[in-house]
Amino acid sequence: MKYPVVQHLSNSVISLSGEIDLNESPNVRKQILGQLQNGSSLLIDLSAVEYIDSSGVASLVEGLQTARSKKLDFALVGVSDSAMQVLQLSRLDTVFTIYESLAGIE
Amino acid sequence: MIRLERLHLISRPDKLKPLRRFVRELAKKQSCSDESQECLVMAINEACMNVMQHAYDDERDKEIIIEFWIDKEELLIKIYDFADTVDIALIKSRDLEDVKPGGLGVHIINQVMDSVNYKHIPGEQGNVLEMRKNLNSSDACDISEQYTK
Repeated sequence: MKYPVVQHLSNSVISLSGEIDLNESPNVRKQILGQLQNGSSLLIDLSAVEYIDSSGVASLVEGLQTARSKKLDFALVGVSDSAMQVLQLSRLDTVFTIYESLAGIE
Repeated sequence: MIRLERLHLISRPDKLKPLRRFVRELAKKQSCSDESQECLVMAINEACMNVMQHAYDDERDKEIIIEFWIDKEELLIKIYDFADTVDIALIKSRDLEDVKPGGLGVHIINQVMDSVNYKHIPGEQGNVLEMRKNLNSSDACDISEQYTK
């Protein structure tokens, strides 16, 4: 699945959706790392994510680390309840910068 | 204790989504609370994923058997793989302060289930994970509590 990418200010925004599991996370990882290769800071919109497992979370962590190594910003936006639960269980909710919506980003 | 279902799964990632749907339906039929239902889905998904990635080393044609047992208000899940027996002492959650991709599955399973036990299949090659969950937990995934464990 190809996830939509839009521009918001100086950031690219990837809007993930559906169920991000072991079957889908390699695709998510590829698209996140591909966008970072382009040199733009990245926002990951998780508002339409119905389910995410630890492999999906691992793709987000790898994105964060890659962004940091390139001195780019990387943040999550509109994290769904389901996704937030997994981030909290993994104690990653304080590791990522999280925005409620794109409107809150300057 | 009554066995509700015995499910045969092939070790392919595309089988996880229908598995999660199956678990949700089974939990609903047992009048499981929404909280316990999501914990079961999460734990069974992570456990099967661990079998696929680690026990079977991403081989896609191996067998996983999942049994669902019920005893009063408690659900017992048994997940069998037929890979080489693993050193049970090595199956543990990693240090979460070390932020890196991967290795979160065991931690998540331990957090959302009431009890978790790894065993070897007696007299055979393979491993079995036994997990228990009260069907009616209302605070089953209460995150504030998890931080104190």
